[in-house]
Amino acid sequence: MGILDFLKRKPEPTATVAKERLRIIVAQERSTRGAPDYLPMMRNELLEVIKKYVHVDIEAININVERDSGHEVLELSVALPDGKPAATPAT
Amino acid sequence: MTAEIIVVTSGKGGVGKTTTSASLATGLAIAGKKVAVIDFDVGLRNLDLIMGCERRVVYDFVNVVHGEATLKQALIKDKRHENLYVLAASQTRDKDALTQEGVEKVLDGMSEDGFDYVVCDSPAGIEKGAHLAMYFADHAVVVVNPEVSSVRDSDRILGLLASKTRRAERGDGAIKQHLLLTRYNPARVANGDMLSVKDVEEILGIDVVGVIPESEQVLAASNSGVPVILDAESPAGQAYSDTVARILGEERPLRFTDVAKKGFFQRVFGG
Repeated sequence: MGILDFLKRKPEPTATVAKERLRIIVAQERSTRGAPDYLPMMRNELLEVIKKYVHVDIEAININVERDSGHEVLELSVALPDGKPAATPAT
Repeated sequence: MTAEIIVVTSGKGGVGKTTTSASLATGLAIAGKKVAVIDFDVGLRNLDLIMGCERRVVYDFVNVVHGEATLKQALIKDKRHENLYVLAASQTRDKDALTQEGVEKVLDGMSEDGFDYVVCDSPAGIEKGAHLAMYFADHAVVVVNPEVSSVRDSDRILGLLASKTRRAERGDGAIKQHLLLTRYNPARVANGDMLSVKDVEEILGIDVVGVIPESEQVLAASNSGVPVILDAESPAGQAYSDTVARILGEERPLRFTDVAKKGFFQRVFGG
């Protein structure tokens, strides 16, 4: 980099942006990797059940499979709409 | 004796799988191993061109799987190395022409014929051809470019290698995974325009087995049907030689990953 380069203000290098975006998406995709194929279907059916009692959107339901030294934990969380009790993670 | 099976895969197309397969197979042959390289891209045969044997294809992989030719008839002997053979993909059949049993039979036949290594050149994507190319592998070379879509796809492939292969299903111990970074441009990395070796290693959580610099000689090599590893003058060829040595267990430092140091005038005036 020479003297002339100091006069130009550089935006954030695109490689840094790429790295940050990849870090997030890769972590997200890894968290659902190897999860059973029935998860999306189960999520839909659970939504139907939950809808009988509270009005929530499908995006409010999160299902994750966590692997932890030899055992797997299926984690289901439902974010309840405003005015209702706070989101309750149930395992 | 059982042949070691190496799949060259990536998910994304156009990152250098066939270039890598050709150079890896040639490098292993130079090291004295008996090697076969198989094109799994049924319908889009290309390895024969890169290896320079396109006019000598008589029988192909699908012919052998279907019993229409013997392995001996279908294997094309390399012009330059007598212990190197190419098995071409079929150009006319569709992707369903390959079956798991058929592929297994061909690979077993190669073990019986005394091959030390079988290099499987995977098609792009994660469909049947790619699945069959990786299913029986002992080693995987995952080819990745320093670019967002390629890095994401290779993470997906690493996940499949860890779950959808015979070794994974049988619990025979994991496939040995090797990450190969190709089309690397150190000047662009220094400028902050390209992901660095370290960036890619950090994101994917595995170390690279080699870094192949972007190089004009790669196109020149494929133009002439000579695997680029045979161009001992070119940085890409030398980087492939290093990579093969590392896969064979040798330790070699990375080369061609830094920009050549600039002189005093360049540093002061830029450029």
